[in-house]
Amino acid sequence: MTSTTTMEEIHHEQEWSKIIKPTESLFRFNFRELWQYRDLIVLFVKRDFVSVYKQTVLGPLWHIIQPLFTTVVFVILGSFAKIPTDDVPRILFYLTGIVLWNYFASCLTKTSGTFIGSAQIFGKVYFPRLTVPISVIVSNLISFFLQFMLIIPFLVFYRNTIHPNLYMLAIPVIIVVIAMMGLGFGLVVSSLTIKYRDLVFLIAFGVQLGMYVTPIIYPLSMVPIKYQMLMSFNPISSIIELFRYALLGKGTFTLLSIIYSCVFSIIILVIGILFFNQAERNFVDTV
Amino acid sequence: MSIVVRAENVSKTYNLGQIGSGTLNDDIQRFIARITGREDPTKKVLDKHGNETVHVALSDVSFDVIEGEVLGIVGKNGAGKSTLLKILSSITSPTSGCVKMRGRVASLLEVGTGFHPELSGRENIYLNGAILGMTRNEVSRKFDEIVDFSGVSKFIDTPVKRYSSGMYVRLAFAVAAHLEPEILIVDEVLAVGDADFQKKCMGKMKEVSVGQGRTVLFVSHNLAAVQNLCGRSIFLKGGKVNAIGTTKDVLNKYLMDDANSVIERDWDNDCLADTEFVKMRYSRIHIQNDDSESIKVGTAFSIEVAMDADFDNEENINFSFNLYNIYGQIIFNSLSESFTHFKGSLKGRIFVQGDLLNTGIYKFSIMISADRTKTMFYLEDVLTFEVFDEREADEKWFGDLSVVLIRPKLRWEITNG
Repeated sequence: MTSTTTMEEIHHEQEWSKIIKPTESLFRFNFRELWQYRDLIVLFVKRDFVSVYKQTVLGPLWHIIQPLFTTVVFVILGSFAKIPTDDVPRILFYLTGIVLWNYFASCLTKTSGTFIGSAQIFGKVYFPRLTVPISVIVSNLISFFLQFMLIIPFLVFYRNTIHPNLYMLAIPVIIVVIAMMGLGFGLVVSSLTIKYRDLVFLIAFGVQLGMYVTPIIYPLSMVPIKYQMLMSFNPISSIIELFRYALLGKGTFTLLSIIYSCVFSIIILVIGILFFNQAERNFVDTV
Repeated sequence: MSIVVRAENVSKTYNLGQIGSGTLNDDIQRFIARITGREDPTKKVLDKHGNETVHVALSDVSFDVIEGEVLGIVGKNGAGKSTLLKILSSITSPTSGCVKMRGRVASLLEVGTGFHPELSGRENIYLNGAILGMTRNEVSRKFDEIVDFSGVSKFIDTPVKRYSSGMYVRLAFAVAAHLEPEILIVDEVLAVGDADFQKKCMGKMKEVSVGQGRTVLFVSHNLAAVQNLCGRSIFLKGGKVNAIGTTKDVLNKYLMDDANSVIERDWDNDCLADTEFVKMRYSRIHIQNDDSESIKVGTAFSIEVAMDADFDNEENINFSFNLYNIYGQIIFNSLSESFTHFKGSLKGRIFVQGDLLNTGIYKFSIMISADRTKTMFYLEDVLTFEVFDEREADEKWFGDLSVVLIRPKLRWEITNG
């Protein structure tokens, strides 16, 4: 038939803008598509941020109240138990640790719920799935900034006993490294929770336990030398210590341990994206 | 004419049974099998009870969609329509085969996906728009139009959780209706809202396809809507393409598949049709004038219904006959003369002249009423029959007779000169 041959010719000429195949490279990372959906990320952030505090009296103040009260509790417990704080004011010691750890913990727990939490919407419409975890990272960043603001008056108040220094310039890097680790771990967990729901429970107390093997409520310097080596396998330890050193002038880290943390964060993010890519293709069938 | 969507041998299988329990075990077995090069033990087709563990939702589905056409997809529940739409909209991937597309794709498998109850109508328009793939600027440009279409302008700054379900759906559809993709995939969204709004939606769909030349893939159980909107259709059955072609042909095939011609039926072992007064016995169609086995447009035929009826002193009884076409539109009603009946066998026979009905599939219902007010008996879908065309296929005719409801031969008077 002549009509079919002409159609065939057209196929050869035309370029397909999208091809849906059974398998695709795990290493694809469609940044362009993600960029096209940047408005969606912004709106997700806004949704997460605004909707939570609708019909509350204190609104966004809750972001500050939580770390403040946790700090107060730790200060009381710490002074009873006489846990050393590297000779810096207890409030500042705990507050800095908690604020940074909070950012990691909330990035991790919230991104790990990506697939299960959004199953309904993912099952009905396609948009780059990564927009959801990325928006979580961003909205948590906003709450991190709010909490960071909380630290500042204390820094001013204790200005005579602490030694802020040029390492403060590294704070943006610290935030990025923490975000990458939270996102990376979160993506791995969210991809695995599709099949193994057990991880939902595991992650909840895993994060709590994680805080105790990270120098949040105690300084790394207090840990016996022979265990310090072990502690430094925890990639967050030295980042926390660096953060404290930058703001307070006290902290235990080496250049090597910082490089280790940075490299670790990149690797875990890449692994996270691989897992995520694998999972997002067919998760609607299993979730 | 260029092709904007091309599905090539798309198949999709699902694993049945429990997902979750034992998957770690399965995964380990699968992993060991892979590294030792043995066959995957978890990939068995039958489980220990001998049931199949894989469900084939789609198998070897291929079709092309031409730019600017509205393609209908029909099929019964479980035929694979939703799976196909999910693959086309990249929500899930095919097990084998591939789909190629050209242009921006937006899918509308549900209205109001991603609406957040706490956010206002305004905020939700932006959020929903972005989820469906619009940029902020696009939404801003269309914002007034969207609000206008939805008719909820008064409540645009109220959280949508306070909306009535009608308002909610109207707003959601309004956002979706203003998408401007090159390819739009729509599933059953017209089944929302009141009659007025549905009409508005249909109008919008028509505008999108005909007016703006976009390509639309439309799945619906509403056959009248498919008939109205789609030039071509696909009939999916058991995950396979059963028919593809002009909507009329495909719908005929679909409906014939659903109910093959039943021109004779007995109710002897079936008491579902029975009522207090009436026991249905049989119904059959008699072809009148020739020895042909099928009913053609020119064929006169009669329909007989027989029953045992037990009325007490009803003197003013009528049969009422409704003829429906496949879309459920009523073609005509015919009322019998009044008669008296007390007890025993009752037969009615209605004579349908030749050259009255158009081609197509018909069903009818029968009702017996007393005093023209009381319903004594009512039975739907008594029989199903098809009227065929008697014209030769190549006979030239300038008009499309498929759209007319009836084709009566009426008396003409022609004067010339």
